[in-house]
Amino acid sequence: MTNYIVRRLLLVPVLLFGVTVLIFIMLQFLSPVERAALYIREIPKNERAVEGIIKQYGLDRPLYEQYWRWMVGHKDPTTGERKGGIIYGDFGYSRSASQPVFDLIRTRFPNTLDLTIWAIAPVILIGIWLGVQAAVHQNGLIDQAARIFSIIGSSFPTFVFGLLVLMLFYAKLQWFPPGRLSDWANQVVFSSEFRQYTHLLTFDALLNGRFDIFLDAIRHMVMPILTLSYISWATFVRVTRSSMLETLRAEYVTTARAKGLPERVVIFKHAQPNALIPVVTLAGFQVVGFLGGVVITETVFNYPGIGSAAAAAASQLDVIAVLGLAIFDGFILIVANLIVDVLYAVIDPRVRLS
Amino acid sequence: MSAISGRENALSASLPVRKIGWLERVLGPDNYRVFADLLKTPASILGFVLIGLFILIALAAPLIAPPVGSDPYKIPRDGFSSEPRPMMSEWRCNVPPLPFWWKPIMGTDQWVHILGTAQGQYDIFYGVIWGTRTAFRTGFIVVVATLILGVIIGSVSAYYGGTIDNVIMRIVDIFMTLPYILAALILAAVLTPKIGRSLLPALIALIAFGWMGYARIIRGDILSIKERDYVMAARVIGVKDSRILFRHILPNAIFPTLVLATLAIGDVVLSFAALSFLGIGTELGYADWGQVLSFARNWITNLGTYWYIVVWPGLTLVLFTMGWNLVGDALRDVLDPKMRGRI
Repeated sequence: MTNYIVRRLLLVPVLLFGVTVLIFIMLQFLSPVERAALYIREIPKNERAVEGIIKQYGLDRPLYEQYWRWMVGHKDPTTGERKGGIIYGDFGYSRSASQPVFDLIRTRFPNTLDLTIWAIAPVILIGIWLGVQAAVHQNGLIDQAARIFSIIGSSFPTFVFGLLVLMLFYAKLQWFPPGRLSDWANQVVFSSEFRQYTHLLTFDALLNGRFDIFLDAIRHMVMPILTLSYISWATFVRVTRSSMLETLRAEYVTTARAKGLPERVVIFKHAQPNALIPVVTLAGFQVVGFLGGVVITETVFNYPGIGSAAAAAASQLDVIAVLGLAIFDGFILIVANLIVDVLYAVIDPRVRLS
Repeated sequence: MSAISGRENALSASLPVRKIGWLERVLGPDNYRVFADLLKTPASILGFVLIGLFILIALAAPLIAPPVGSDPYKIPRDGFSSEPRPMMSEWRCNVPPLPFWWKPIMGTDQWVHILGTAQGQYDIFYGVIWGTRTAFRTGFIVVVATLILGVIIGSVSAYYGGTIDNVIMRIVDIFMTLPYILAALILAAVLTPKIGRSLLPALIALIAFGWMGYARIIRGDILSIKERDYVMAARVIGVKDSRILFRHILPNAIFPTLVLATLAIGDVVLSFAALSFLGIGTELGYADWGQVLSFARNWITNLGTYWYIVVWPGLTLVLFTMGWNLVGDALRDVLDPKMRGRI
């Protein structure tokens, strides 16, 4: 297993380097002047000043030099202040959000994390339960229902489903609102009494003892959670079902039955733990997928996360912000994928012992 | 002459001779079996029917919804007011020619907005009908381009192996780091200022991040076929690398990839619609489903009244993807040897 983990760890720098190169290549589609937004807030109107900035930040230098500066930043010769530098988290200045991309990420990412935490639990629990039931009663009622459900689910584009949810629960029934918080709750959250412990809104609300704000936050998340989980249930049910079916045919399950163990014990003690190994990986990747920003869901429900930030920046052609968010996303995903892969190796005895 | 036919008769009487149709002759027995199995399940038949229906709509678009002006892909507008108008409300200005089927069915000369209008008075019916053509066009272009790219990269990787294989597979990993929609969104946003608003940036973006799956699949298939005796034989007698690859290996390895690619059209159309829903891609008023749906985004609080902006293009998109998914599901079962005999 050590061998596997070491090999997997060695891949990380390669991926990190590769993703930065990929994004850097895309940056080259911008003119040198536009790329100046990587280092400064305002691009001056004056032509001479623009040329000075291009010179100062080396935007006309050879590519490898520019890549290096983009990565580690650029020292201002007069003030000695560092400008830019991906490795320091300085991704440039977002024109559309009128703030540094880093600040944009800092305000948006906790929201995405919050949504991920609340969305993943129902997906995993219900998905696994349905999948196991479908496998145990193969071709039974639950199995058929799950099959139809998963075909329809995988055919429903996120944004169509999201819009329908919005139409029903917001426009018609007025049960759940889109967005992040109601106005009154927003005022409380931004007041000085509300302490930000984790920056995750729901947890902060609980830690502050404000149950009303917690409920308000959850109420705003119901529709995105519903949309996210509906789309992913389908996959969970499918994977759990086929993995469970395969396990139920294994010889040790037959042995357990032959010993005369009750069916309940055979399924839940002998078959299920083994059948869930691929499901655990899937759950990991699902978390990773949610973390990467659920672009469409967040946009449909106007949820201020990292995905909707990327979509908004893209539709306003704010390339610096889009690429900055992409770099951040790439980093997060590479690390998260690494964790999932290592966990998988730890869980699966076949990998662990080899 | 008669003696021969007599012998044939005798043969067919003693042995149940299976008739071999032209399709089987063209495809070969293995591939033909895949097709025959595909047509056995009701789900896949429904899928084929849905796809066929959409092909018909795309072909007959000028008859179903006669175009106005020089560019049929521009959705005709009935004025400029922002308030959407309900289904079956009448055309006031800029009325397109009446389609031939309208009068016999409805008995009037008055052409209406069958599915209503979206904001800016874009006719939803035209968007849905002509959007079908856009869907097939984008789907076809992206699938063909990603397939070619993936097959070339995957076969080079598999055939040469070693360092080349390693490097290419790491590049594949890098391209797969970002989620597909996000990656495509980024590239399309980068390209749009250069190229201008059209189909092109979104198409290029979907192609640039869509080839990796095919590269992986074809690589795996080639790796197994590479070890076959006939490839060895070709190498021993000194056939050139490229000839071995293109004449001996690829034709035997490509079928599964090819079929999967055909079925990917549904996914591609979905991704394209998602991009234009997010406001990246075609110019305003271009007939594509994602854009018609994106009109709904400004009317979120009134969606109860203006439900038709979401429901009709949404339903179209769902049926389209479902058609491809149903066939794709059946195909996966047919191609997967583990599932054989169980369905």
